[in-house]
Amino acid sequence: MLGASLTVLVVAGSGRSLANDPQEFSQIERGRYLAVASDCASCHTVPESKKPFAGGRPIETPFGNIVAPNITPDPETGIGVWTADAFDNALRKGRGRTGSHLYPAMPYNAYTKMSRRDVDDIFAYLKTVEPVRNKVESNTLPFPFNIRAAMGVWNALYFKEGEFKPNPEKSPEWNRGAFLVEGPGHCGACHTPKSFLGGDKTSQHLQGSQLQGWFAPNITNDPNGGLAKWSTDDLVVYLSSGHNRITAATGPMAEEVELSSSKMQEGDLHAIATYLQSVGGKAEAAKPIAATDPAMVAGDAIYRDQCSACHGLDGKGVPKLFPSLVDSGVSGPSDPTTAVRIILRGARSIGTKREPTAPGMPSYGTQLDDAQVAAVATYIRNAWGRSGPAVPPSTVKDVRADTAMRPD
Amino acid sequence: MYDRKTEDCRVLQSIDVEDQGMGQATSQGSALRRRELLTGTACLLLGMSRAGATQILDRLPWEPNAGAPPTAARPGPWQFFTGAEARAMEAVADRIIPPDPDTPGGKDSGCAVFIDRQLAGPYGKQDGLYVRPPFQPGAKNQGAQSKDGPAEQYRSWLGALDHAVSLKFGGKVFADLPDADKDDILKGLESGSLTLVGADGKAFMEQAVKDVQMGFFADPIYGGNRDMVAWKMIGYPGARYNYLDWVDRPNERFPLLPVSIAGRAEWTPRTR
Amino acid sequence: MTKRLPKKDVVIIGLGWTGSIMAHELTDEGLDVVAIERGPWRDAPTDFPPTYMQDELRYRVRHELFLRPDQLTFSFRNKIGQTALPIRSWGAFMPPNGVGGGGVHWNAETWRFLPSDFVLKTHLTQRYGASFLPEDMTIQDWGVTYDELETHYDAFEYLCGTSGTAGNLKGQIQEGGNPFEGPRSRPYPTPAQKQPWGYQLFAKAARELGYKPFPQPSGNLSQAYTNTLGLQMGPCTYCGHCEWFGCANYSKASPQTTLLPALVRKSNFTARDNSEVVRINTDRSGKHATGVTFVDTSGEEWEQPADLVILSAYSLFNVQLLLHSGIGQPYDPEKNTGVIGRNFTHQTISSVNGFFDHTKYNFNPFVASGSIGMCVDEFNGDNFDHGPHGFVGGGYVGHVQTGARPIESTLVPPGTPKWGAAWKKAVKENYLSTVKPGTGVHGSFYAYRDVYLDLDPTYKDRFDRPLMRMTIDLHDNEVKQNKFLTDKFAEIIKAMGAKAVAPSYRTAPYDMTTYQTTHLNGGAIMGTDPTTSAVNKYLQHWDVSNLFVLGASAFPQNAGYNPTGTVAALAFWAASAIRNRYLKNTGPLIHV
Repeated sequence: MLGASLTVLVVAGSGRSLANDPQEFSQIERGRYLAVASDCASCHTVPESKKPFAGGRPIETPFGNIVAPNITPDPETGIGVWTADAFDNALRKGRGRTGSHLYPAMPYNAYTKMSRRDVDDIFAYLKTVEPVRNKVESNTLPFPFNIRAAMGVWNALYFKEGEFKPNPEKSPEWNRGAFLVEGPGHCGACHTPKSFLGGDKTSQHLQGSQLQGWFAPNITNDPNGGLAKWSTDDLVVYLSSGHNRITAATGPMAEEVELSSSKMQEGDLHAIATYLQSVGGKAEAAKPIAATDPAMVAGDAIYRDQCSACHGLDGKGVPKLFPSLVDSGVSGPSDPTTAVRIILRGARSIGTKREPTAPGMPSYGTQLDDAQVAAVATYIRNAWGRSGPAVPPSTVKDVRADTAMRPD
Repeated sequence: MYDRKTEDCRVLQSIDVEDQGMGQATSQGSALRRRELLTGTACLLLGMSRAGATQILDRLPWEPNAGAPPTAARPGPWQFFTGAEARAMEAVADRIIPPDPDTPGGKDSGCAVFIDRQLAGPYGKQDGLYVRPPFQPGAKNQGAQSKDGPAEQYRSWLGALDHAVSLKFGGKVFADLPDADKDDILKGLESGSLTLVGADGKAFMEQAVKDVQMGFFADPIYGGNRDMVAWKMIGYPGARYNYLDWVDRPNERFPLLPVSIAGRAEWTPRTR
Repeated sequence: MTKRLPKKDVVIIGLGWTGSIMAHELTDEGLDVVAIERGPWRDAPTDFPPTYMQDELRYRVRHELFLRPDQLTFSFRNKIGQTALPIRSWGAFMPPNGVGGGGVHWNAETWRFLPSDFVLKTHLTQRYGASFLPEDMTIQDWGVTYDELETHYDAFEYLCGTSGTAGNLKGQIQEGGNPFEGPRSRPYPTPAQKQPWGYQLFAKAARELGYKPFPQPSGNLSQAYTNTLGLQMGPCTYCGHCEWFGCANYSKASPQTTLLPALVRKSNFTARDNSEVVRINTDRSGKHATGVTFVDTSGEEWEQPADLVILSAYSLFNVQLLLHSGIGQPYDPEKNTGVIGRNFTHQTISSVNGFFDHTKYNFNPFVASGSIGMCVDEFNGDNFDHGPHGFVGGGYVGHVQTGARPIESTLVPPGTPKWGAAWKKAVKENYLSTVKPGTGVHGSFYAYRDVYLDLDPTYKDRFDRPLMRMTIDLHDNEVKQNKFLTDKFAEIIKAMGAKAVAPSYRTAPYDMTTYQTTHLNGGAIMGTDPTTSAVNKYLQHWDVSNLFVLGASAFPQNAGYNPTGTVAALAFWAASAIRNRYLKNTGPLIHV
């Protein structure tokens, strides 16, 4: 016991002495920024725990929950005795300290785009955070997913190791954006559809995917459900504040904005926007549903009575407060999971320093039945000259059931 | 120390004691407590503290499926009135609001059902009101000082009404009378020319007119105003939240049918 | 056993408008602040959503958002010598409850008082002579002037995004605004709300009668607005559910929409809900507050020590807590001594309903907002010569109908039976074509020696403390004032084209069963003399210098306007005094 606390003191002490060296300081600062850009805290910090990076947060995957480990410099339960090589192996090769495979819930398939220097800097930064003694049992997956060796096969299928290579034909800003999106930002982890084994469907890169009871929208330049109507500024404002003239961040994206992108430099957000706007989508226009369709007629009535007071009769909402359903991807033609979830359960967007309002949407799950929610969801994707496939009541039923036990 | 109603609501022991102070109930924690409480209907109707004490810091409290929708009147048998009382009340309601070719009367629009459900609920029991003694008679402008709540009052009023009718009309009850006689009785009570035994007939008429008309115009979820008949009659568009497109239309009638908190028929897709 | 919490710099009692404003100002100063609120946390999407908020029965008739009398009530009588009886069910006013306080369910009518209102005694005495005032009238000057408050009125309006048309910009009278208002340093942050047809007809009729009608200043916003703290508000959709209701779409100014989201983000701010402060504690000298004692919903009692105590509950609760804490000398009307309970006032309101030919008029009266409407200010304060009329004071008159919720708004012309077929037909014919201005005549209520607050000898609350007793009646001055204003108002309604006009005058005795606004004032009034006021011009308690008492309890008497603008301006004013003066040198800010 005494020995353990002494070690803690030594490690913590060495961490602080490092920071006294100007060169080391800038390395730590760079590492801190990359840790923010990589959104390490989102998985490795239990919200409200006030114990940054101490792990213990269960991360939901289609195969079961994985608990994020402690990455504070605690020698016994964290990464206090890890070497820089071991840390690099974990981040960029998906290997644990003993060489076992990590699960790709840890986005090493994105982090592999970072350089060795990037990873060393993050490591240097993590060595300076408060060590927390917190033993985390990570491997909580059921059989057969608990067999880590299986990840060897997975890696062969889905993991391409290798640092980011700039495209000389593109601007430095585009390249910076591509690096941030594909590397530390690991946007594809949520926004790229997954195969049944949980690997990226690379042909549908960033075209939107379901996870944790949400649909992470299409963030390509796709005119149908993507970001085609977003200006570069729209994206920058959204990533920095969680709100813009079109939409408001909720769910996991709200957390990303809060912990990561709102803390990034505006130039980097601009670079991310520049890159995303260059990524093409699938651009499949759905056939519009006639205004006389029963679901559209009912949806129109519900929208007028229940939705228009905030989102407006024209569907344009109020910038930074009520999302514009005309322009938002959530109300667009792609997977309706998020739209239906928000109608059923309500949502609270985040407050940020720049925009503290954190507006909320009430829950309609008691007032509206499945057919009515489906009707209004169908309506908002086909009103105002837009088109999207009808949302069947069965989808509403499924989302209701899927989200029933979710606490957030 | 706190009153009994919070116990009925099963308010959780709200503040965790930790160290020397209260634990920091996180906003998520408070959210869960709040949600738990939202299931306690007694609290909802009372509208008092629905949650135990919490600390709010860092962010606005939030939980999914939040809200305390109103408790709708359940269809089915009378919940407060006896059969005889209900008959009398429906008959009274139908004279206060007589049926006409365009709009049903107080009975068919559910006004007696409304009053029944209100009397069976917190209102009837004076929940939330100050009911400590002593009860002393006062001036009218000092407000009601009765120990009895509306439920007891209606019981005594309706019994006394039928009793009075029975004495005057050879054993008949109020509901059996022809409309003209009913109106005479009610006018007599209203003016004070007809008195009841053991009950204040004038107070009854005053309250009955108020409650019947309230049931007629309240949201149909409370049992009256069936199919929003009263709202349709007067042109009130109901529980809407947006007239932004109608502010600038002088003397132009709002075109949409009313909507209740429970919706309107048009909300449900009609299969072809 | 009372549990003791770690000491804070500041404890705030009540998290409504004034508590939120003060919390914001003092956390900006770096102080560690806790606000303790008796009622629950409340917010639009979770507590008053558009799914079920438009429920007249639940919110208006059954008072869902208000304090319950069994939690705390008052006793009431008209005259000294009469037995006061408990207010068992609310009627004349509605005490707020919960985070946001009255700011949740107000109409958002955001007025400034007239410059002369703040120096009322001096002004009236100079103009009419001391003998013009009734002998038992105890009006006073405030100690603070309009010029001192102007910047704070402005701060509140820009916090709220108030919609209106300026009438006096730095002394220049503006077309379309209120020409009688005090000079304002800049225009309203947003333009006036749109006025539906009925309100336009009223304005036209008023103009034809020689008045200068203007849109009522409104905290229901005419357009989206980003406030001074970066908070975003939406445009009002004229749903007609403001007063008694919470706003579901972020378009009514409230602590929820203008302050709280920014406040909760601050690391030096904490709110406690469902916790009722039962006492302000003082040290042995009685001159220094040591903090407060509160009780949570489980009945547990806690002590919260603090260096500075801000009492910012509803006016009546401020006075009651001072009485229960033994702070300040209770007022004695017989001896005319003491201060706590002195100069208790209300508002003198009445209305005139206008019935129009239903075949020609459809006002769509449900299209409204809480502070929509057109007003004339010719008869407010001392805007006219009172010499010939034999009374002082006045108010605005205006068509300020806040909606047409059908339980309350199905009116019938005079002479119609109260029930039966004729009533039903009249309701059907008149609903869309009736003008029902609510508090259309909104008059002042001046102070009298025998209108006051003290502790009741008989009735007790749930903590076994005496209820506070209200002794209040209407005096001749107010009755005359109301008759004069109501008649003037009726003339305008008639000139609009009404076929029947139904005025209802406010008369004595004061009636606890009919609603007369929630604008109760006084009892812990501000002033320049510690023998006739409880707090100094900075709202600092004369005896206990680390206690500030905010709110309308500080009004020496009530003006002819809705009070919230002035209540909020005073909160900013007190906050400024604390930040700029008190914290640099604690102790009394004024020595007498």
